[in-house]
Amino acid sequence: MFTNYIFYFLSALALYSGVMVLLSKKPIHSVLYLTLTFFAIGGHYILLNAQFLAIVHIIVYAGAIMVLFLFTVMLLNLNKEERSPKPVWVKALAIIAGSMLGLVLIGVFRGYDLHLVQNPMETQIGLVKELGKILFRDYMLPFEVSSILFLTAMVGAVLLGKKEQI
Amino acid sequence: MNALNSIPISYYLMFCSMLFCIGVIGVLIKRNALMILMSIELMINSINLLLAAFSAYSNDPAGQIFVFFIMVVAAAEVAIGLAIIVLIYKTTHSIDIDVLNKLKW
Repeated sequence: MFTNYIFYFLSALALYSGVMVLLSKKPIHSVLYLTLTFFAIGGHYILLNAQFLAIVHIIVYAGAIMVLFLFTVMLLNLNKEERSPKPVWVKALAIIAGSMLGLVLIGVFRGYDLHLVQNPMETQIGLVKELGKILFRDYMLPFEVSSILFLTAMVGAVLLGKKEQI
Repeated sequence: MNALNSIPISYYLMFCSMLFCIGVIGVLIKRNALMILMSIELMINSINLLLAAFSAYSNDPAGQIFVFFIMVVAAAEVAIGLAIIVLIYKTTHSIDIDVLNKLKW
């Protein structure tokens, strides 16, 4: 099936660039690989027919958050290798611990199957029209509260970034 | 509905678990605060994708609304986190997290 191949390709791309985020020596390469991961995940959203989430994901993550990361890397002139990387045994232990976690999760989830209510390729819930109805009817209050959260975050970021000390 | 044509939900579980573990390993092996923040973004994304997958498979739009709210909170978190990193860099001229073990200067 064609969608299966797209799924495998996007998964492989996301995992590869996720690993390369960690393996890259320079932070700016890590940021670019992370952008690639985000685009692959955006493709996954489109595969799930969640068009609204795909658009928001590309705009927010690949557009806004990655630009913030790039600005930080360039403004602080951090584009050099780590001065004091962790010792090798710490890294080895960390990789073993993370792989153990992955093994446990995969072992738990292996063979799990949801009783399919809907073929995800044909579902309509991810469209902007449907999600908008739900968002502005059932989740109105959280939506407004999140605007206050954004205002707080903006004021906080400006206050932290000010030149003179508070 | 043709279940044969769709990808099993366990594939999404596997993929998201692996992506999450890459994020966990990144938090553990890196000393650069910026890289740790990026690894956390990786973890948040894997969780988001899994939530959206379950939402699409069970035909329940609430999951996708929650993904939207998680994205909102993640964007605010990154803005504040990067502002704090810039502040730390101005104070200590380094963003290694080992410099921060004193909690004061």
